[in-house]
Amino acid sequence: MTMEAPTRARPAEAQQSPQGSLYAKHVKVYPARVTGRFRYAKWLFLVFALFVYYVTPWIRWPRPGSAPDQFLLVDLAGRRFYLGPVVIWQDELYFVTGLLILAAVALFLVTSLFGRVWCGYACPQTVWTDLYLWVERRIEGDRNARMRLDQGPRDGAYWTKKLAKHAVWLVIAAATGGAFVLYFGDAPTMLREILTGRAGSWTYAFLGILTFTTYALAGWAREQVCTYMCPWPRFQAAMLDENSLVVSYRAWRGEPRGKHKQGEPWEGRGDCVDCRQCVNVCPTGIDIRDGQQLECIGCGLCIDACDQIMDKVGRPRGLIALDTLTHLQKAEAAACAVPPGPARVALGDAATAERRLIRPRTIIYAGVLAAVSLAMLVAFAMRSTTELAVLRDRAPVFIALADGTIRNNFTVKVWNKGYGEPTYRLVVEGLPGATVAVVGAPEERPVVATRADGVATHRVHVTAAHGARLSESTPVTFVLKDEAGRTVVSTASVFLAPKR
Amino acid sequence: MPTKIEKDSLTGKTTTGHEWDGIKELNTPLPKWWLYILYATIAWSAVWALLYPSFPGLSGHFRGLTGWTQRQAIVEQMASARAEQAPFLDRIRAASLEEVRQNPELLAYAIAGGRVAFADNCAACHGSGGQGAVGGFPALVDDDWIWGGTLEDIHFTIVHGIRNAQSEEARVSQMPAYGGVLSRAQINDVAEFVLSLTDRATDAAAARRGEEVYAENCVSCHGEKGEGVRAVGGPALNDAIWLYGGTKAQIVAQITNPRMGVMPAWGGRLDEATIKMLAVYVHTFGGGE
Repeated sequence: MTMEAPTRARPAEAQQSPQGSLYAKHVKVYPARVTGRFRYAKWLFLVFALFVYYVTPWIRWPRPGSAPDQFLLVDLAGRRFYLGPVVIWQDELYFVTGLLILAAVALFLVTSLFGRVWCGYACPQTVWTDLYLWVERRIEGDRNARMRLDQGPRDGAYWTKKLAKHAVWLVIAAATGGAFVLYFGDAPTMLREILTGRAGSWTYAFLGILTFTTYALAGWAREQVCTYMCPWPRFQAAMLDENSLVVSYRAWRGEPRGKHKQGEPWEGRGDCVDCRQCVNVCPTGIDIRDGQQLECIGCGLCIDACDQIMDKVGRPRGLIALDTLTHLQKAEAAACAVPPGPARVALGDAATAERRLIRPRTIIYAGVLAAVSLAMLVAFAMRSTTELAVLRDRAPVFIALADGTIRNNFTVKVWNKGYGEPTYRLVVEGLPGATVAVVGAPEERPVVATRADGVATHRVHVTAAHGARLSESTPVTFVLKDEAGRTVVSTASVFLAPKR
Repeated sequence: MPTKIEKDSLTGKTTTGHEWDGIKELNTPLPKWWLYILYATIAWSAVWALLYPSFPGLSGHFRGLTGWTQRQAIVEQMASARAEQAPFLDRIRAASLEEVRQNPELLAYAIAGGRVAFADNCAACHGSGGQGAVGGFPALVDDDWIWGGTLEDIHFTIVHGIRNAQSEEARVSQMPAYGGVLSRAQINDVAEFVLSLTDRATDAAAARRGEEVYAENCVSCHGEKGEGVRAVGGPALNDAIWLYGGTKAQIVAQITNPRMGVMPAWGGRLDEATIKMLAVYVHTFGGGE
């Protein structure tokens, strides 16, 4: 594999430390505004993601009784996860684990197909940084205006703009932290409590932490989160291969680069006019022409910038494009036959016509994705809202009564994940003539009550028939039956007796 | 310290100067603020050490400006747990034993609380699950009760105990030592008769002889047919449950020189709510009447 070593010293090397120091002053990145397909897609996803994030806690979903009316709710105290009609209890946390596994495999698949679209479009760091940059641009102006402002005098205008920017940032940060905590409680109640100072200290702590991290990471750290903190860029290379689409500068077409005046011929030179627009718009401040590199988040804004320039100078679009390493190598091999210029472009394009999205790696990722999805669907479809657990008493394992009959005591737990409170008949199969008594039930009859959205615990005495010949261990089945006599749920246990 | 910093020809970067068996490390400098965060955490650790118990001294230790201790924290947690228990315990105190048993919420609470109190106070003699032990430690799980197995009976026994000097109302029964009263042959005969009550006699003639001895000496406490007399705490002899063992040798030993267990009165040692929870818990073992 795979990643080309950078061929030229990068601008980031300006960040190079003084001789010997392992630390360097951070060089601020001033991404310029850009328009185009990729920018448009990025805005669309940003609006969608923020909409989902801020609106979800407010969606109501009526549930019976005292159950919360929130569509999506993580109830930590009650150990419930509510998602519309589905309520996951703590013992079913594997569904949540399964969802995370699904998300991870989906991420692998998408990365192997289209490169770092997660980083460039969907990662919260990218989304909030984009939002913060938009605010910054509205207040301080575009790239050049911002650079002038930072280098200029610290006058009234400077402080006004900075103050306004940070104020807006902090409001957004607080709204972000505020929305986060709303996922963990009833949103309207919590918001009222937060605003009136009556919320719990944990609520304020998490609100504060999320506010701080949003403000610090999206406002100040930005691309440094991706470059220095995030582990994902480190191991995503394992998902990428020579057939993955990554944001690529087509060096075979662009080189040799150089300034170009209108009317000059394109023969004998590359298409890159060295305008540095791709560098200026880059949110991580790198030069994509140095090849694939760790800092690139695959957002494609440089493609938008370059396409505009290509339109202006009258060359075909796609000098920077989503392309694969295979294509780049093929095109390079084909194009080297002719000297730089338009003829080379045609030759290179022809060499890279087909794309290979279906390949063992993507098939395996898609297969795993399908298998996990299927397993989860089956598990979910077979999920029962009533569960039964039977725990035998261990001391004593059996009881000999005055007349010599043998009794075993059990603790029976009935999980009821619904909101009704049905009463079930408890039948013990495998022990003919045995009597079943439930402590606390009327006349100790073998009926078990359930608790809506809860677990009911019952002490149960099972007494074998008088004089029954019992082996040391008799397999029995505890069965819950409804009024119509249908089996609701059953579980196996054993009935123990002394050695004969 | 780095010794020899070179410029790497391929990347144009300098090396850190570190070298391991010919492998050199490129210098990819971190931003300065990263280092400052490390310094900030070190500074914070100093603050932390001032706030909380930290430095050892010759006599004791520095207690921290907040005065926080783990011991105090557990005391507070216990206090808040007790405060949470209080309403339940109040309800149990106010309710009758039967009311506790009929109320699913109180019953669940009594079983949980009774289990803990039982393990702390009762399990040493009666076993962790109330199974008892042969040799004078009665099982509480079966349906054979010497002093009665209703909720009230169990409650009374827990409060006052058996054959102790602490409670004037302690349940007392006294079996005479027949070793000096009856001859060995008579003791053998009456033991055979007792065995015959559960169809285990080995010598029918001796059992018949023993019936007379039994009628003269034993009937007042153990009943005509060995069914026991609860009012005086006379155990039943006609069932499968034997406090001191049911073999002939064990029966003979118990007649000759009877052993009798003692149970302390818990009335003054445990509070009323705990005793009530214990009574209900023991009753749910299944032998309760």
